[in-house]
Order: sequence, then structure tokens, then C-alpha cells
Amino acid sequence: MIPALFVFAYLAIVIYIGVFAFRRKVGEHPAEDYFLANRSLGQFVFLLSLFGTNMTAFAILGSSGHAFSNGIVTYPLMASSSALVVPLSLFLIGTRVWAMGKRYGFITPVQMFRDRWECSHIGTVITVVQAAMLVPYIIIGVMGGGTALYAISGGRIPFWIGGAVVAMVVMTYVFFGGMRGTAWVNSFQTTLFLLFGAIALVVIGVGMGGFGNAVNELLASPSTSSLLTREKVSPLFFLSYTFIPLSSINFPHMIIFCLTAERMRHFKKTVILYPICMLAIWLPAVFLGVAANRATEVPTIRAKLEARQTLASQGAALSPEERGELRAKSAGDDILLRLLDHYAPLWLAGLLGAGIMAAVMASDSQILALSTMFSEDIFAFYGGKERFGERAQVVTGRVFVIALTVIAYAIALKFPQPIFDLAVQYAFSGYSAMMPLLVAALFWKRSTKWGALASALWAAASVIAVAVFQSVVTTPKVVWSIGGVEALARTPAGTAVFGLLPVAPMVIISSLLMIVVSLATKRPSEKAISRYF
Amino acid sequence: MKRSLLIIAIIALYLLHQDFWFWRAAAPIVFGFLPIGLFYHLCYTLVISALMWALVRHAWPSHLEDEDKEAHTD
Repeated sequence: MIPALFVFAYLAIVIYIGVFAFRRKVGEHPAEDYFLANRSLGQFVFLLSLFGTNMTAFAILGSSGHAFSNGIVTYPLMASSSALVVPLSLFLIGTRVWAMGKRYGFITPVQMFRDRWECSHIGTVITVVQAAMLVPYIIIGVMGGGTALYAISGGRIPFWIGGAVVAMVVMTYVFFGGMRGTAWVNSFQTTLFLLFGAIALVVIGVGMGGFGNAVNELLASPSTSSLLTREKVSPLFFLSYTFIPLSSINFPHMIIFCLTAERMRHFKKTVILYPICMLAIWLPAVFLGVAANRATEVPTIRAKLEARQTLASQGAALSPEERGELRAKSAGDDILLRLLDHYAPLWLAGLLGAGIMAAVMASDSQILALSTMFSEDIFAFYGGKERFGERAQVVTGRVFVIALTVIAYAIALKFPQPIFDLAVQYAFSGYSAMMPLLVAALFWKRSTKWGALASALWAAASVIAVAVFQSVVTTPKVVWSIGGVEALARTPAGTAVFGLLPVAPMVIISSLLMIVVSLATKRPSEKAISRYF
Repeated sequence: MKRSLLIIAIIALYLLHQDFWFWRAAAPIVFGFLPIGLFYHLCYTLVISALMWALVRHAWPSHLEDEDKEAHTD
């Protein structure tokens, strides 16, 4: 229970920071103040909060779990590719969006699209597509809070109470603090992530008697030596995974965050230091996940390894239910918690538990982003701001925060987590497929609203198609081949199109649609184009 | 010229991410605990940071920055 007390102390600090610590008097633009912190974030808060916004529970817990099962490939697959693509997109797109936002007063990306392409309802369609893909993240955040508090308290705090506590804390500081509170909380959480990774690495390394031994033992055993290479994934899968980080800048909370910087030069340090932050968080998490395969003295980890071995040796003879049960037993999402339980002293496990809570509470900026989109792209756009005033718009945004949290909590209690894990998996691909919208709006004069609509609808339709395909075809097999080449296959991990992840054709087709449909339709007026080029 | 070099560097770095040459190799184990594939990507991440520094230094969209400066001198 002691670690849980540390977590409650941490939650109290978070509320203090989010609600009280950085309150300022509201100026003449309450909406800009609430939703964008009045575009006034300094460079270190901007870096830390933007990085924290992009790091979900997966960065610490999921990456260790993935590395536990798949080996060192997790780092190049998910971290070093993002370390290249994310800062590059901040440099090329984030800076331009910031400048357009400053010049024309945009608060959401759809406001920019409406202005750039002279469209109204098409903007609403884009908002709906973006929002639909963001909701599962918020539900996962609530579930993550419940699960983490349950684990940290040794099962004393039930899931429904843990989920409610975390949802209430997040809702409170988003409601009162808006973007400023969220940004400062994210900065605090990112600092904790960074400390957490380093401390966990040292403590567990010492506890395991040094990593050198663990790695040499892994290398010596034929069943584990492949974890130190990339044998478990194909080069084509690896190549197509580099399309996934394109999603980052297209997440509404990320692009809205780009508008919060006080000066454009604040992007400079963010762009340069982003890869280093990725390294500092992901490398320890991945390394610990791999090394956990030698932590056989930890009973819960030994049970996972035994389940994995049974699956490998007798998998074909087992029923699908038995295989599913063994897969669940061998999953490594809690591997870091298990390592800390065993190797860290109680007080340190408590502190590190707070770090884990920081990771699972990443839904704050997503809730705020949805609230911002609703109040700007729907409420204000359809006359609410004009009729009721800007203060009413902020109130609407705040009410939306409460409603969204309550709905997410109710759904989190009712439905099983794997549904939303899958939805999140598809949403990454969907946001990647929306990349042509931002690129075309900022860099291609000839792009049109119809091209944008075609891309957005394709992103939504392809996400639904992959989801339906995976729920209909549940066992791995080739569904369609052309001249002996596997065109469409169901794999254990998902779907493969010509050996690639679906995200690759999704992005390529979305880009082609943007080009072809734009060329076939009437371009925006010269006046609209001249505002951007 | 500078801009072209930076574009080539970005493409080269993207290609270097696909390091098939270490695909099945765990050894050498660098510093006694880091498999070569992981050590390569550690160095790769540091090189990305250096490239980002070069981009910021030599290809910063200063026309947008000018607007930023104007906004702060108003």
C-alpha cells in the first residue's frame, strides 16, 4: 500500500500544478487563453510538454512489454524511426502551422483548413474523422489509470475506483487549468519519465547482478538469442513501420500544441532535443524489457516465460481458447512493474509508481484537444460564439471536458480493453493517412477542399476496412495472392498488404487521392492562396 | 547547395534506418551489455539530433521568423 500512498501524493501535486500553480488573470481573449495558454509557453515548457503529450503509457509500459516478447527490435521499430520523423515534421510543418496560427488566429487545424481551402462542412467532416480516432485513446487512458493503481496498490484499490480517481484528477486540472495547467503538468510528468527511466535502469541492473551477465546468458541460449537481433520481424514490416510516426503531427493534440509556443524559435530546441528525449526514455525501457527474459528468479516473470514456452512447443495442439489464455499469461505489459516489485526497495517502488502514473495519465491533452475542436470547429463555427459570446464558448469547452470524461469512464467500465487497444492501433494508421492534408495545405497551392475530403474519407474508410477484415478473418492465412505474391494476408499481429503494414498503402493512396482529386476540381481563389504562399 | 546537402542527408538517414546488415547479428556486444543492433540505433538517434541541429542552423524558415520578430516589436 505504501507505493499507492506515493501515487496519491503525486496526484495531489499534479492537481496543485494543474489548477493553482500557474494561474493567470484571464485577458481579453478567454478562448485563446483557455485552449492555447494564450500562445505564451516558454521554450523548456514547450519542449517538455510537447514531448509529454506525445508519450503515452505505451512509451514506458508497452515498449518494455513489446521488447520482452520481441527483443531489441522494439527500439529501432518504434523509437529511432519516431526520433527522425517527429522532429522533422515539427521543423517542416509545426513551424508553419504556428506561423499561420499566429497570423490568422487559428486555434485548431480545421480552422486553418477551412480558411485555406474555403470550405465549411468539409471542415466539419474532417473534425468528426479526427475526433472519432481520438476517443479510444481517452478510454485507454482511464483504463490505464485503473489498472496501474490496482497493480501499484497490490490489488487493494479496485479497477473502478482507480479509474475514477485518475479520471477525476485529469478532469479537474484540464477543467480549471486548460492548456496552461495541462502543459505544466505534462512538463512535470516528462521530467518524471526521464528520471524514472534512469533510476529504474540502475536499480534493476544492480538487482540483477549487472546487465552484462544477463545479456551473455540471453546470447548463450538458443531460445533467447534471437531477442538480441531483429529476426522476429521481416525487413518489409520494419520498413513499413516508418510510416507510423507520420501520425504524430496529425494528432489534433499535437498540432494544437504547436500553436502554444510564445516564439517560433522555441521550436529550435524542441527539434534538436526531441531525439535525445526519445533515447533517454525508450532505450532503458526496451533494454529492461529484453533483460527481463533472464529475471527467472521473479515468480511472475517465470510464469510468463513458461507460458510462452508452452505456447511455442504445444501451440498447434491447443484450442484457440487455450492459446489465447497462454498469450495473455505470457504478455509483458506489466513487466516493468514486476521488475520493480522484485528489485526496488518499497519507497523507491512508490516513487517509480508515480512515474508510471505519469505515463498512463497522458489523456489530458487529448481531452483538451477534443474539447477545443468541439468548441471551435462546431460550437463557434456554427454561430455559438457570435450568439453567446467567447466566455460562453469557454464554458461549453469546460462542460465538454466533464461530459467526455464521464462517458469515457462509463465505457471503460463496461467494455474490455483489447477492443480499444485495437482501435488505437488502427488510429495510428488513420492519422498517418491524414498526413497529405497538412502537407498539401501548407506546401501545395493547387490542393483543393475536395482533395482534402477524399483523403479524410479514405483515412476513415481504410481504418474501418482493416478493423472489419481483422474481426472477420481471425486466423493467420493468405486471403488473396497475385501470381504467387501474397497481396493480402491475415498475420498473427494484424494485416499485411504485399508484406507491408496497411499503413503504407493507406498513406500512399491518401496522397494519390489528394493529388488526383485536387487536379480534377476547382482550385481555391487566388485571395485564399495568397494568404499562405 | 546547403539545402540540397541537407535534403540528401535526410534521405540518407532514412535509408540508414533500414540497417539490414545487423539484422541477424547480436555480436559484438558493445561495452559488455549492448547488442550491436541496439548500439547502432543509439548512435543513429544521436546523429539525428546532430542533423536536426544542422537543419535549424542552416535551413530555418527565417521568413516566418521575421513575422515572429515583427509581432514582438509591435
